[in-house]
This record gives sequence, C-alpha cells and structure tokens, in this order.
Amino acid sequence: MAEVLLKIEGIHKRFGGLHALNNVALHINKGEIYGLIGPNGAGKTTLFNVLTGLYTPDEGQFTFDGIDLFRAPPHIVVSGGIARTFQNIRLFHEMTALENVMVGRHIRSKANALGAVLRTKSVRQEEAAIEAKAWELLRYVGIEDVAYERARNLSYGHQRRLEIARALATEPKLLALDEPAAGMNPSETEGLKALMEKIRNDGVTVLLIEHDVKLMMGLCDRIAVLDYGKKIAEGVPEVVRKDPKVIEAYLGAAHS
Amino acid sequence: MDIFVQQILNGLVLGSIYALIALGYTMVYGIMGLINFAHGEVVMFGAMVTITVISAMTNAGIHLPGGAMVLIALMVAIPACMLLGFTIERVAYRPLRNAPKLAPLITAIGLSIVLQQVAILIWGRNYIPFPPILNHDTIDIFGATITQLQVLIVILCLVLMAGLLLVVEKTKLGRAMRATSQNPGVAGLMGVNVNTIVSATFVMGSGLGAVAGVMVATNYDQAHYYMGFMIGLKAFTAAVLGGIGNLGGAVAGGILLGIIESLGAGYIGDLTGGFLGSNYQDIFAFAVLIVVLIFRPSGLLGEKIADRA
Amino acid sequence: MTSNKKLGTFLASAIVLAVLPFVVSGTLGNAWVRTIDFALLYVMLALGLNIVVGFAGLLDLGFIAFYAVGAYTFALLGSPHFGIHLPFYITIPLGAGFAALFGILLGTPVLKLKGDYLAIVTLGFGEIVRIFMNNLNAPINITNGPQGINLVDPIQFAGFSLGKVTQIGSFTLNPVHLYYYMFLALTVLVVIMVSRLQHSRIGRAWVAMREDYIAASAMGLNIRNIKLLAFALGALSGGVAGGLFAAFQGFISPESFSLLESIMILAMVVLGGMGHIPGVILGAVVLTIAPEILRDVIGPLQMHTFGRMIVDPENARMLLFGLAMVVMMLTRPEGMWPSKRRQAEFDDAKKG
Repeated sequence: MAEVLLKIEGIHKRFGGLHALNNVALHINKGEIYGLIGPNGAGKTTLFNVLTGLYTPDEGQFTFDGIDLFRAPPHIVVSGGIARTFQNIRLFHEMTALENVMVGRHIRSKANALGAVLRTKSVRQEEAAIEAKAWELLRYVGIEDVAYERARNLSYGHQRRLEIARALATEPKLLALDEPAAGMNPSETEGLKALMEKIRNDGVTVLLIEHDVKLMMGLCDRIAVLDYGKKIAEGVPEVVRKDPKVIEAYLGAAHS
Repeated sequence: MDIFVQQILNGLVLGSIYALIALGYTMVYGIMGLINFAHGEVVMFGAMVTITVISAMTNAGIHLPGGAMVLIALMVAIPACMLLGFTIERVAYRPLRNAPKLAPLITAIGLSIVLQQVAILIWGRNYIPFPPILNHDTIDIFGATITQLQVLIVILCLVLMAGLLLVVEKTKLGRAMRATSQNPGVAGLMGVNVNTIVSATFVMGSGLGAVAGVMVATNYDQAHYYMGFMIGLKAFTAAVLGGIGNLGGAVAGGILLGIIESLGAGYIGDLTGGFLGSNYQDIFAFAVLIVVLIFRPSGLLGEKIADRA
Repeated sequence: MTSNKKLGTFLASAIVLAVLPFVVSGTLGNAWVRTIDFALLYVMLALGLNIVVGFAGLLDLGFIAFYAVGAYTFALLGSPHFGIHLPFYITIPLGAGFAALFGILLGTPVLKLKGDYLAIVTLGFGEIVRIFMNNLNAPINITNGPQGINLVDPIQFAGFSLGKVTQIGSFTLNPVHLYYYMFLALTVLVVIMVSRLQHSRIGRAWVAMREDYIAASAMGLNIRNIKLLAFALGALSGGVAGGLFAAFQGFISPESFSLLESIMILAMVVLGGMGHIPGVILGAVVLTIAPEILRDVIGPLQMHTFGRMIVDPENARMLLFGLAMVVMMLTRPEGMWPSKRRQAEFDDAKKG
C-alpha cells in the first residue's frame, strides 16, 4: 500500500451562487504523478488554488504529510511542502532567471533585516548557498545559459521551465503544475514530459492539470476527473478512460 | 436636537459640493485609472474666474439680480475650466498614458503647483471676498436654519449629478465612456475613439468642478488660490470612500463625508469629554476613510475585485 | 570597473565630500552649507521612502509623518518645553523606534489595500498626525500646537556641541559644518543599509512582491511581514532624519510636516529614479538645491533685465519648480538616473 501524501475530504468552495467545488475528496500518494482533468469550468483550477493555499475552502479537511493545512495561508502551505506553477505563467518579469529562482529560496532561508544590513558571516554564507542552489536548479531544468536574462525576454518554453525551477527551489514534496504544456509544440511537450518524470524519479510527487488528455494518459499514475465541481471518477488512466461518466462529461461538454 | 438637525443640514450642503467634485475625480479614475491631482485647482479656477467676471460687471456698471450675475459669470467660468481640464489632459497626462502610474501622478502634482502659482500671479495671495450680490435670507427647518442659497446649492448639485448619470447611462457618449473604462483596448477596437472619450471626461468633470468652485466660494463667501487643495483632497477622499471609479459611489461618499464631518465637528467635544475640539474636524474625513477601507478595501460601492490566479 | 579604479573613485568622492563645506562656505557662504545639510537630510528621507515606494512598490503619500514623529520625539525630550534634556544618542534611536512603530501601526490596517487606495489612506494618516500636532496643546499642552517647540537642544556629546562655533587649530567650524559631517556620516550609513537590504533576501522579496504579489505568496513569501518590514524600515530612516532635523533647526512646528513635504520627497524618489539608490540621492540633492538656486537667481535676474521686479521671486521660483517637475516627467518618466533594469522596462514599454 502506497503512502498517502496529501488527503482532502468533503471540500466545498462557493463563489456567491456558484458552487465551484462540491464535496470533493481525493488523496495523492507519495511518489506518483497525479492528474486532474475535466471539461472547462469543471473546477480544476479552483481545486488547484485550494490545494496551494490561494483560496480558502469553505468546508472540508485538508492534510498534507501529517500536517493540517485546512485554510492555511499560502506561505504555510509552501513551507509545508507544496509548490506550484501558474496556468498563465507568473514570473517576476523584470528579474533575471537566476533571481526568480533565488526568490524561491526565500522560505528555506533565514536572514532577517538586521542580518542583511550587518552582512554577517552566516548571512553571506546563506546568500552564497542560495545562489548556488539557484544555479543548480537552472541546470536541472536545462536553462542555465539564460540565467542572466530577464524573465520577460525568455522564450515561452524557457519561461515554463523557469517557473518549475522556481517552484522546486522551495524544496517541495509535492509539485503542482497548472497546464504546463499549454501552448507548447509536440517536441517541447516531450521535453517537458521527460522533465516531469525526472522530477518524480528524484522523489518529488507531482500534481498535474492538463488539457492534453493523451499526455496525461501516458504520464500519470492516477487521474481524477472533475465535472461541475464534483469528482466523477478517479483511478488509473486505463480505467478512467473507459468510465461512462467521464465519456459523458467530455462528450456532453463538447456537444453543448 | 437642534444642533443635530443643523449639523445634518450643514453636512448635506458641504456633502453635495464634495460629491460634485468627487465626480470629477472618479470619472477620470474610472476611465484612466489616474488620480487627477490638479482637479482641485480646476475648482479653484472656477471660483476665481466667476468672482472676476462678477467684479468686472459691477465695475462696468452692470447691475442685475445676484443670481443672474452668477449665472453669466458661470457661462464664462464653465467653458474656461473645461478648456483648462482639456489642456491638462493633453499636456500632462496623454503623453504618459502608457507610462507607469507614478509618472502621471508626479506631473499632476507639478501641474497643481503651477496652477496655484499662476493663480497667485493673476489674483494675488490674499483671500478674495465673494461680491455681496447674493441673498442670504434663511429658512427654518425643524429649528435649524439654512440659507436659501444653500438650498439652491443642494438642489443644483442633485440636478447636475442626475444629469451626469443620465448622460453616462443613456447617451452614446456615455456608453462609449463606460466601454472605455472597462477595457480601453477593446473599446478602441470597437471603434470608440479613446482620445475623444478621455477628453470628454476631463471636460465634463472640469465643468462640474467649475460649478462646485462657485458653490464653495458662495458658501464661504471667499476664494483663495489654495482653496482647491483641501477641498480637492476631501472630495477625492469621498470618491475613494464610495468606491473610486463608481459615479454613484462618489455621490454617496461625498454626501456621507459631508454629514460625518459636520456631525463630528458638532459632537466631538461631547464625545471626548472636551478633550478634542472642533478643530479636529478634518480628522473625521480621514479616520472614516481608513475605517471603511479596512472593512471594504474597495470602498462602499466599489466592486470587490477577486484575486485571480 | 577594476578594483583600483573603484578605489580611486571612492577616494576622490571622499575627498570631495570632506572639503565640500569649506569650499562652499568660502565661495558661496554659510547659507549654502546649510542648504547642503538639508540636502543630506532629504537624501536620508528619500532613501527611506524609496524602500517603501521603490523597492516594495507601495505608494505612500504620508511619509512625512515619520519624519514628524522623529522630530517631535527629539524635541519633546530635549528642550525646555518639558524641561527634559535627554542626550541625542537616546532620543534619536528612540525617535527612530517610535517612527518604525508608527510605520507598523499604519501598515497593519492597510495591508489589504492596493495602489491608489493605499496612497489616499497614507495621505490621510499623514494629515491626521499633522492635525494632532497642531492641536495637542489643549487641554494638556503636549506639542505646543501651531507655535511649535523652540530651543530644541543641539546635538551635544561630552561637553562638545554641534550647535556652537568650534575652533580646531586654525580651523573655524561653524554649526553648519559640524552638522554636515554628522549628517554625511549618517547618510553614508543609510546608503549602506538600504543598498545591503536591496541586495539581500529581503530586497528580493520586496521586488517579487512589487512585481506580482500572487506569485510571490505562492512562492511562500509572507506578504504581510514583508510589507510591514518595508513600512517599518522606511519609517526608521524618516525618524532618524526627523531627530536630526529638530536638533539642527532648533525649532520645529507642524508646518514643516505638511502634505506638500511628503509629495516633495516622493517627487525626489520618482524624479531621481525610483528604486535606484544613486538616482534617489541625485533626486533629493537636485530638488533641494534647485529651488535655492532659483531663489538666488530670479530676483537679481529680473532687476538686471527689467530694472524692477516683475514677478515675485517666490512665486516665480515655485512656478518654475512645478514646470520642471512636469517637463522632467514628460521627457524622462523613468527619472534622471534610473537603474539599468528600470531603463529596460521603460524601453520595453515604449516599444509597446
């Protein structure tokens, strides 16, 4: 039996009259690549935002690696070990790629204002370590040659990779990726797929939202399907694919 | 009780003037997302020009009923302020439309200083009394007194505000303004001439400002080169209080602010056991603003903008 | 730059800064040294505000309130007003501490506010502080109201006072000279402080928050603490400058802490080059010195050209000053001396 890393139960989220998440429960096991799919407006991104602390759920339970994260603010969620990327890339555009990743180290470093002003030995060492780690991560995702470029000027594919490096800098146990392959060509997508597998093999669990169902089927260990704020199916890709409810949700959405 | 009614009435007069000026701020903000810091100076110019025209008429031996004199003077002051507002936008804001927000804020402040200094050049540094041509007869309401002039001010404010709302809601120009405020890029693509709309917004706001300036001057019986500063600040506060960019919010915020200020000035002594006196009146505007924004960060009637991830 | 060249630049600027007050008082007179002293105070203030506006991207229009808190702390604890005469090495840190506390006090309720809402609230806060200073003379006289506080103690230490003419060998040092060196030393400290902050974990967090606070919080940055830290540290510099101002001037009143002053400091930051320390210093110096030059030039120029005063010099000075602000922003919205990064941002914006 695999070890459970993340577990939510009975999660509800409402926006005014819209019941965006309705009694959602799921668990993610350590070391797997877990996919979240569903038609547009099914509540994937809302769930994603709940899991990463950006939205506070109205009801439910949320535990992660033994700690209670229900309604925890983002910085607690991140320090607990969940990091994310954004569907519409949100880098710090005027910072260099290297600096972007260094910001990701914030939560794993300690220097306070006084230390920064006095520039004590421990602060200098920490700063050097931050930079070294940032370089390491840029190499890890394969974009160290653009370290000194401003994020704004990077190609789309590089921006995606940079966002992943920045998220990895927080040393997550769970890396949550919101449509990382959106807008990529097939060869870039292949590269990304390899990167995600590498990340998983290095011990980081991956949560993935993606429209590209083919990519998801080939990559994910397990998949959950959302429709109208409810989880309608969950399981290994081969089973989910044949689930009549899933087929109906997708066909229904396509025909409406 | 009398004090209470009296302060409410005073607050209503003050508040309608705030509201009229607040509309100028909020319209510009709604369209361009910019604090037009120089709007207070437009209000000041409205008052100054009106006084100048009235004095000129009196000196030329023209003696008409007070109301008619003010009306004639307004016929000069309103277009003058409209021209001023138009020019301000063309010179100081339009070239910076795509620059970061702080740049136009600084030009606005610079312009504000320039306009004050120009006013000193023309009218000097002293208080200028409003010519004694207006009737200051009073009316008693529930034991409180209000001048007929003040009643007129409130009514005129309400009419002008209603007129503006009508223009914005019902006319083609108004529709174009609303479209531009929601998304200038798309409005442009849909054939709206954004430059024209922005100019129209400044012109309309400045026209209202001119009228408000005259009201301030008649209400306090004087005008001064620096008068636009505090009243502009209060009016802007009112606009933010109501939810900046929202016309109804500006009106509600203005009237609310006027009444709170005036009640506060009347009762602060009692509330604090005599510790604080009415010289703390100005604190109310800001204190109320801060309290409201803590609970409603987008103002009373402002839209709640959800953070999108 | 090679390290030799760097050292050379450093030594050259050190020598220039060291002899500057004597050159100026010898050629232009002591009044100009006084202006330079004020320029240094404004540099400290502008660098403090730059933390809030330039680094953290929070528009603060009430910054002068912190200057006021520092000045009043110093004056109330070092003047005949209460008959208390604490030494400066207690009152200045105390004033800075109070100012920082006020910064947090202001920052806490406005954490959720953005952009112009924040601007107007900080403006209101500044006005509230000023109104209290103006009126807290009754029923208990705390601030002495609009009259302000007189005979504030100068900076003095072990029988040595910066407020008295001092003779060192054949050198005669006026108070303006003595204060110059003290202000210069503290300005250098502030410069070191802000530049080290900027290039630290904290500085990166401010920039990240300024650029995209949602992404920043998703990276685990505690936005609340980072904002409060910016407010507190900015206020701290303002408080130090305020204490120095009170000692230097010997007199303070609410008039010195008006909204216009807040706006001037903001203008120094923006006109100089927001977020860029050398630019902000330049902005503060230019905006302090330029009006004084205009004051000296406009009157005589008119007399010389027209034989009489056509425009009141004070009037003309402010007029030109306002115009310069407008023209400067229109021609160089990025400021006189922006950082390379900011220059690039503006170039991008121009390209569309």
